[in-house]
Parts: sequence; structure tokens; C-alpha cells
Amino acid sequence: MVMATKVALDGAHAVSEAMRQIDPDVVAAYPITPQTAVVQRFSQFVADGRVNTEFVAVESEHAAMSACVGAAAAGGRVMTATAANGLALMWEMLYIAASMRLPIVMPVVNRALSGPLNIHCDHSDSMGARDAGWIQLYSETAQEAYDNTIQAIRIAEHADLKLPVMVMQDGFITGHGVERVEVADDKDVREFIGKYAPEHSLLDIDNPKTFGAWDMYDYYFEHKRQQTDAFSKAMPIITAVGKEFGSRFGRNYGIFDAFEMDDAEMAIIVLSSTAGTCRTVVRDMRKQGVKIGMLKLRVFRPFPAAELARALSRVRAVAVLDRSISFGAHEGAGPIFMELCSALFAAGSDAKVVDYIFGLGGRDIFPQHIEQVVHDLKEIASSGKVKSQVSYLGLRE
Amino acid sequence: MAKENASWREANIGGIVLEAGSSAEYKTGSWRTERPVHDAQRCTHCLICWIHCPDSAIVVENGRWVAFDYDYCKGCGICAAVCPVKVEDHEHTHQEGKVIQMVMEGE
Ligand code: SF4
Ligand code: SF4
Repeated sequence: MVMATKVALDGAHAVSEAMRQIDPDVVAAYPITPQTAVVQRFSQFVADGRVNTEFVAVESEHAAMSACVGAAAAGGRVMTATAANGLALMWEMLYIAASMRLPIVMPVVNRALSGPLNIHCDHSDSMGARDAGWIQLYSETAQEAYDNTIQAIRIAEHADLKLPVMVMQDGFITGHGVERVEVADDKDVREFIGKYAPEHSLLDIDNPKTFGAWDMYDYYFEHKRQQTDAFSKAMPIITAVGKEFGSRFGRNYGIFDAFEMDDAEMAIIVLSSTAGTCRTVVRDMRKQGVKIGMLKLRVFRPFPAAELARALSRVRAVAVLDRSISFGAHEGAGPIFMELCSALFAAGSDAKVVDYIFGLGGRDIFPQHIEQVVHDLKEIASSGKVKSQVSYLGLRE
Repeated sequence: MAKENASWREANIGGIVLEAGSSAEYKTGSWRTERPVHDAQRCTHCLICWIHCPDSAIVVENGRWVAFDYDYCKGCGICAAVCPVKVEDHEHTHQEGKVIQMVMEGE
């Protein structure tokens, strides 16, 4: 078994610990609540000489991602971190990083997008970036945020992928909540991630190349098809990296986490910290004989459509908890609901699926809310009828 | 040089161009709707057009104007605008104007 130290860390600091151990060649970042602690602590590591990283204090997130793109094209192992409006300001460069196939890793501390101005947790920031061409991993706890950040390096740099990865954790709830985190030994982390040897690099001056060149109607389409092909190869790689991480560090990671799903007739699908609340409710309900289970999604991009359809093949009623809205979508649903519905439809499932929008702008979610969801699911499962396709938890009606 | 009309499986990942100087393969002359024409008799070889051409499409040898490189000339007309030498009866257009004049492509 490897050496590990148990420390009290909040999610943001857990991620900066991971970044210290990864020791990237370049970090270009700009502070934004609730990500600030990630970069603040990391820049302290730089100032104290504990990492060899070139830290670029930029003037905006657009510049942060631009600098990351340049540094990654130059052949560096590159990281940044952001949240909310900072992520939104990166929009243009997110697509460029992904389409140039630069394996940048970016922790995102989820926060509501303004306006009205709000700094608390929801998933509108990363969900808005879901089509940008980044792999997206969501973390329930500070431990998972730490573990996912380390695994993200291996996933992003995999020769078959070359895709940037976002690692999410819930702002304040996880980002500022102190938990017990097992920090692995520096040497073990470095061994696990290995050295980065980019196939092509701008600094390889003996073999000069052009990155990000003009790409007209004669090739742009082919390059987009290549991106989608890389995503189709990502799931087994993410699973293999999760397994290898588990055998080395003792914590296994898959595509999603199934809890009480073996004989479940009803299921709740959820991301990130709210999985903790759901697990408690599912456990209590199971004691009362309710056949409810939970799937905590870890990987949202690529979306595990086939895997979820398989996991839900015997389930009659499914509730999706969405912490963001896709405005103007069917009934104002959230993105997970839409993805899940299309996955189940394609698999020929006749399960009833309902969506619950919750926690926008940091609105608290309590066990009673999840109990209400289970109550609704029982009714849907027995009657086969859906009264409301999209509902709201914790909203003043 | 990457294979021409490569399929998505063959194309370089991420659009990386693996050869230096490959923009020479990209013949921008096809963009042209107008082409510059030159009056060799009246040209003073001042090379002001050569300095201003944004596509290095004016060929000069031994300090003398030689030709337009129509593989790359985009027909922007800058050379015609900056040429300082006037003509009364242009060798190609038979119009009054300058040593370099623009005509419609194909004419
Ligand atoms: S038309 Fe423009 S591109 Fe063509 S030779 Fe003149 S200046 Fe150069
Ligand atoms: S600017 Fe006119 S005169 Fe001078 S070299 Fe060019 S074509 Fe000849």
C-alpha cells in the first residue's frame, strides 16, 4: 500500500495540493470566487519554490486560457482553474483548446452564472460549456476532486484522446467545506501521472510545425469528426485510469457510482455534492422497503448513454436532479434530463423520466426535498403517469 | 505535405501542419476576382508596388520588375493604387491611368 497523509482540507485546497504534486510546466490563471483558494494556494507553492511551474498571472480568464493554449502547444503540461463568469469569459478559448487537441486540465469550482449577481453553487457554468469539446468529471467530495484532478492528467494526455479535461466540484459546499482528505505521497502521484511527452510541440525547433492554422470548409469538418471520434474512445480510457488509480491508491473510480441499484425499481440521477444527501435518503427509504437506488454521475462528457441505459434497464421511474436550466428547452428542463431522455429513448426504454431543477444560486437542498422526489417516483412507478415532467425543489411557489 | 483531400481518419489531428513553409502550397490566387496588368514599356522599376504587395506576388530580379505571381496574387489592387507612374495608353487596357491597372479576372 502506498503512503498517504490524512489532512483536513477544503475542496479548493485539495485541488491545489493535487496541482502541487502534478507540478505542471505552466499554470496561467485568474482568481474568481469560489476558485480563488485553488490559485492562491498554488501561487504560494510557486513563490515558495515547491513547484517548478511557470506561473502566469494574467489579466483575465480569456487571457488565462489563451496562455494555456500557447503553453500547451509549446509542449508543456498545462493547468488552470476557474469558476462561473471566469469560465464564461474563457468560452472562445475553450473551443480553441479542445479543437487544437491540447490536453489542458482545469479544475472548475461550480458557481452560478450571473445575473442577477450570485457567487454560490449551481452547475450553469460548466453545463454551459458542455459542448465545447472538454471531458467533464464531477466530484462529490474534496477527496474526489483531488483524485479526479490527478486522473485528469492521465486521461487528457492519453495518446488516443488529447482532449482537455474539466474537473468540477461544488462551489462553497465542497470548495470551502473542510473534510478529511487522503493526500497521496508526492512520489506516487508523480509515478502515476508519468512524464508528459507530447507528440508534437512548437518548441521542437528541429521539426517546425504550425498549430491552429487556417482550416477552411475543406478540412474543418474532418477535424470536428476527429474530435467526436476521440470522445467515442474516452469512456474505456477513463474507466481504465480509474481502475489503475484504485489499485494504486485504494479508491476506485468508474463512469458513475451505483448505490442500491441491484433490485431498484426507481432511481435518482445526480451530480456532485448533492449525491451525499441523496444517499442518506436512499438508505433511509431502503429501510422502509422502498426499492429506490441512486446513480451518481462522475463523467458527464462524454455522456455515458449506453452505460446508463443498461444500469436503468429494469427501472420504471427515474428522477433527474439538475442544478442548471437549459432555457427554452423542453419544459425548461436541465441538461442531464435531456441527455438521459435521449439515451433511454435510443435504447428503447419505456421508463418514465422526470426532472427536478434544484439548488440554483446556492439554494439549499434538504433530505425532505429528496424524500418528496422518492414519493413522486413511487406514484409514477405505480400509476405509470407523469403529472409534471419538470418540477422545482426548494422554490417558493 | 499531408495527403490532399484526406479523410477524417487520415487528416492530421487538431489541424496541426507538420511541414514548415507549407503555406507556399496554398495557392491564394484562386480568390482573385480582379487581376493587375502591367505596362512593361513605361515601368520605371521603382518597386513601390513590390514593397506594398501584401502577398509577395510581385517578382523582382536584379532590381527590376519581372512579373506578377498569379498563383498568390489575390487581386487586392494595392499595387495599382500605389504605382506612381502615369500612362496615357496602357499596353493592355489602352486606358489612361497608371502602369499597373486592374481588369476583371477572365477578361
Ligand atoms: S493585386 Fe495585390 S496581391 Fe496582386 S500583385 Fe497587386 S498588390 Fe500584390
Ligand atoms: S510601382 Fe509602378 S512603376 Fe514602380 S515598379 Fe511597380 S509597376 Fe513599375
